[in-house]
Amino acid sequence: MKIVIVGCGRVGASCAELWDAAGHEVIVLDIVTRAFERLPSTFGGVAIRGDGTDEDVLRRAGAEGADVLVALTEGDNRNVMSAQLAVEALGVPRVIAKINDPVRAAAYSELGIATLCRTGLMADAINGHLGFPPSGLPGVLAATGHHDGGAHPAAAHGAHEGAGDGATEQEAARRAAVEA
Amino acid sequence: MFVLVVGGGKVGYYLAKELIDSGHEVALMEKDPTRARQIADEIGSIVIPHDGCEGKYLGEAGCNRADVVAAVTGDDEDNLVICQMAKHHFDVPRTIARVNNPKNEVLFRHLGVDELVSPTRMILGSIEQDIPVHELLHLAALGEGELEIIEAHLQAGSPAIGRSPEQLDMPEGCSLFAVVRGGIATPLRPDDVLREGDKVIAIGKQECEALLHGQLIGDPEAVSAG
Repeated sequence: MKIVIVGCGRVGASCAELWDAAGHEVIVLDIVTRAFERLPSTFGGVAIRGDGTDEDVLRRAGAEGADVLVALTEGDNRNVMSAQLAVEALGVPRVIAKINDPVRAAAYSELGIATLCRTGLMADAINGHLGFPPSGLPGVLAATGHHDGGAHPAAAHGAHEGAGDGATEQEAARRAAVEA
Repeated sequence: MFVLVVGGGKVGYYLAKELIDSGHEVALMEKDPTRARQIADEIGSIVIPHDGCEGKYLGEAGCNRADVVAAVTGDDEDNLVICQMAKHHFDVPRTIARVNNPKNEVLFRHLGVDELVSPTRMILGSIEQDIPVHELLHLAALGEGELEIIEAHLQAGSPAIGRSPEQLDMPEGCSLFAVVRGGIATPLRPDDVLREGDKVIAIGKQECEALLHGQLIGDPEAVSAG
């Protein structure tokens, strides 16, 4: 799979390393070149310095043809924007955004973005460890809804059918995962 | 009207002030506590010293009863999220976002932000309106730099309109070789009649520029100034 990772922090770099080693085509973006020092010398993917909330940068990085985009920067809003650009403007079929604010994490899953909320995940990891009941905060949420606007003008040209294909691909991937 | 302003920079500060002066109910959210206190000292207790992107604080600020939410921070991604949260989570009827990168306008509009204000686009518009109209545009220098490729946009008042290149008095060593009309470039033949709105591409020596200007643009003042 072709996977774009926005944000080369600990999580981003770890995922990049794992997925590259597993044979995926990995492109990792960060606005700070030093962040790439976290990548191992064996990393065979592409590391690009650039702003993942800038449509031009994402396009140049090759996000248009990507199967997955994962937004893992320190800023919730940057992740939201990057993920929405990927879905709406670039037709990326699967996106995941890290959103640490539980309210925003829940809201955006309803707007069509799979979200990952560290607050809920960690709270429940600690609760589990201590034998306490779960927090009820969001952890990993699948995209449940879709924003209700029309088709994105940029997506309407080339990526429109791509978005359709993406949905079926996503469906197929989910089925494959279930079967496995 | 109850207006929730998010972002206490220059724009947010003056916006809140003006709104209060016109008798509206205003709440201003600013996440930097020092800046928030500074504004509160000046315009009173309408300042909420919290991050307006955070769902919890938006709720506490009364976002669900706001008539308008104006997201005017300096960061596009924050403004987008504030408006989306206001719209989808708090059912705010009208959201306004400041957009810095003009390329983001399409996405913002698509994602349901009601109104966009782009200072970059506005300034760009003013500049583009003012400058290129009465000037020759230098496209490229050739050879040692003595030859240039120049574009002239034919506006009303240009002496070249309604005439063909062979009827024009071209300076020596200067030739008009193409015309861009409606976005399509075609070679310019000596008997082609030029029209208003045409972009004529010429090649010639640098010193011919003033004469070329007179023939194609036709403003004597600009010639003497240039």
